[in-house]
Amino acid sequence: MTGLRLAGLMWLGLVLIFLYAPILVMAAMSFNASPFYQLPFEFSARWYHDLAENAAIRNAATRSVLIAVATTIIATSLGTAAALALFRHDFRGKRLLKLLLFPPIAIPWLITGTAMLIFFFAIGLGRGTPAVLIGHVALALPYVIVVVNARLAGFDITLEEAARALGAGPWTVTRRVTLPAIAPGIVAGALFAFAVSFDQFVVSYFLSKPGDSTLPVLIYTAIRKGFTPEINAVSTLIIVTSMALMLVVARFFSFGGHR
Amino acid sequence: MAQAPIPGDGRRAAGLLAPAYLWLTLAVFLPLSAMLFFSFLTAAPFGTESPRATLENYRDFFETPTYALLLWKSIRLGLWVTLLCVLIGFPCALVLARQIRGRAREALFLLVILPFWSNSLVRVFSWAIVLRGNGVLDRTLDALLPFDVRLGLMFTPAAVVIGLVHSYLPYVILTSYLALQAIEDDIFDAARALGAGRITILRRLILPLSLPGLIAGAVLVFVPVVGSFMEPRILGGRFGTYFGTVIEDQFVAVFNWPLGAALSFILLAVVLAILGLSSPVLRRGLT
Repeated sequence: MTGLRLAGLMWLGLVLIFLYAPILVMAAMSFNASPFYQLPFEFSARWYHDLAENAAIRNAATRSVLIAVATTIIATSLGTAAALALFRHDFRGKRLLKLLLFPPIAIPWLITGTAMLIFFFAIGLGRGTPAVLIGHVALALPYVIVVVNARLAGFDITLEEAARALGAGPWTVTRRVTLPAIAPGIVAGALFAFAVSFDQFVVSYFLSKPGDSTLPVLIYTAIRKGFTPEINAVSTLIIVTSMALMLVVARFFSFGGHR
Repeated sequence: MAQAPIPGDGRRAAGLLAPAYLWLTLAVFLPLSAMLFFSFLTAAPFGTESPRATLENYRDFFETPTYALLLWKSIRLGLWVTLLCVLIGFPCALVLARQIRGRAREALFLLVILPFWSNSLVRVFSWAIVLRGNGVLDRTLDALLPFDVRLGLMFTPAAVVIGLVHSYLPYVILTSYLALQAIEDDIFDAARALGAGRITILRRLILPLSLPGLIAGAVLVFVPVVGSFMEPRILGGRFGTYFGTVIEDQFVAVFNWPLGAALSFILLAVVLAILGLSSPVLRRGLT
């Protein structure tokens, strides 16, 4: 009995080492003085200094954050509206509309990304930041709708009816009753949208203009040209940011459940 | 869901739904249709050449054995990565769901799925640092083991598999865990009371009841891995040519968009076939 339990715990421990060891190695190497990851380790913050002075990386980082913020605002507002309609109303084709949320999530981004590239060129939009933004919002929308919808499932619709019976107009009902009740779901959806956009590589790769790219695209190009320690430093910063963001999301959702 | 009708119902619903679904149409559904259309043309219609309708791009796929071989190589990669993710991830989910309780479980579960939302490109890059020749892994093993070690894993198919398993393992753990957690404890007590052993409980109760979750996780791994191109490029070196990288090349290096569109659509057909085959189980798993 205890032998099996111990084996289980050890397995879990090994998996956690597998998941975190490379990330920790990368983080450690970003503080290593040698540009070729030479050992023994010698501490240096040099690559972070270089990073602060590298205009290309700074611009790409700024662009990534701006696109992620814009994606979050657009996807959260459009997605919340759609989720409200899917929750409140019964109509023909509702099942189909819910089903249509899955292709953007399930189809590999390579296919979606190349299809967007072709289409945006065909309509004369071409590559560039607007194209990237349109793509990111489309990828984030289904996540927002699904997350907000899940939160709405626990919302008592009779509260809306009560508010209406007391004379509140439809906009007042939404603003004063429904939205506050589902606020945690909306915040979680917004954080998901931010993460989808900020971490997005594939679609940005096909849609961004050379020299006008987002941070992940810049990193990919740099890796393919050869290793540079600044990329190591910026990658460490990105992973720390994403994980911190995820911890915030976890506070809104109780992962793992209670028992 | 039973809902009370709201005055001005239909128009209000349409008004709330239209922006989101118009956006999805413009950015996903129209592009996919456009790509299908393009895959039957001789050239991209915004070039200098005037395009004609043709089946040539698809004929290319069927007449050039390289493409079919690469597609098969990508499918095999998908199967290997999926199998490894299931073998590593399912026991992990089982331990989390049935052995650990309370706050420790919540914390461990969070640790397991935390990497899942961090940038996969960056995580693949971190493996490149670990695996490279004379890198951290080589040096560590060298120091620990009495004999000389030259793993030489970087730029091999094994490196690609390791990077992909690392990227997609949390999916399997997540879906299996959710399925396992939903099983009531009473069932196990009943089985034990009726004299079932540990193996019988695993084989006759745990596996069948958590199968939908396990399959959902497997599909979530397999589909993106078949279409992967970034991981093979970074970790595979000269072994890193897969179906996904060939499609990437058509769009960013060779600029044969119609061929790229046809290859993308063949990949999509494979993906849809897999999703279709697993949809009965998936639907059961999701409801």
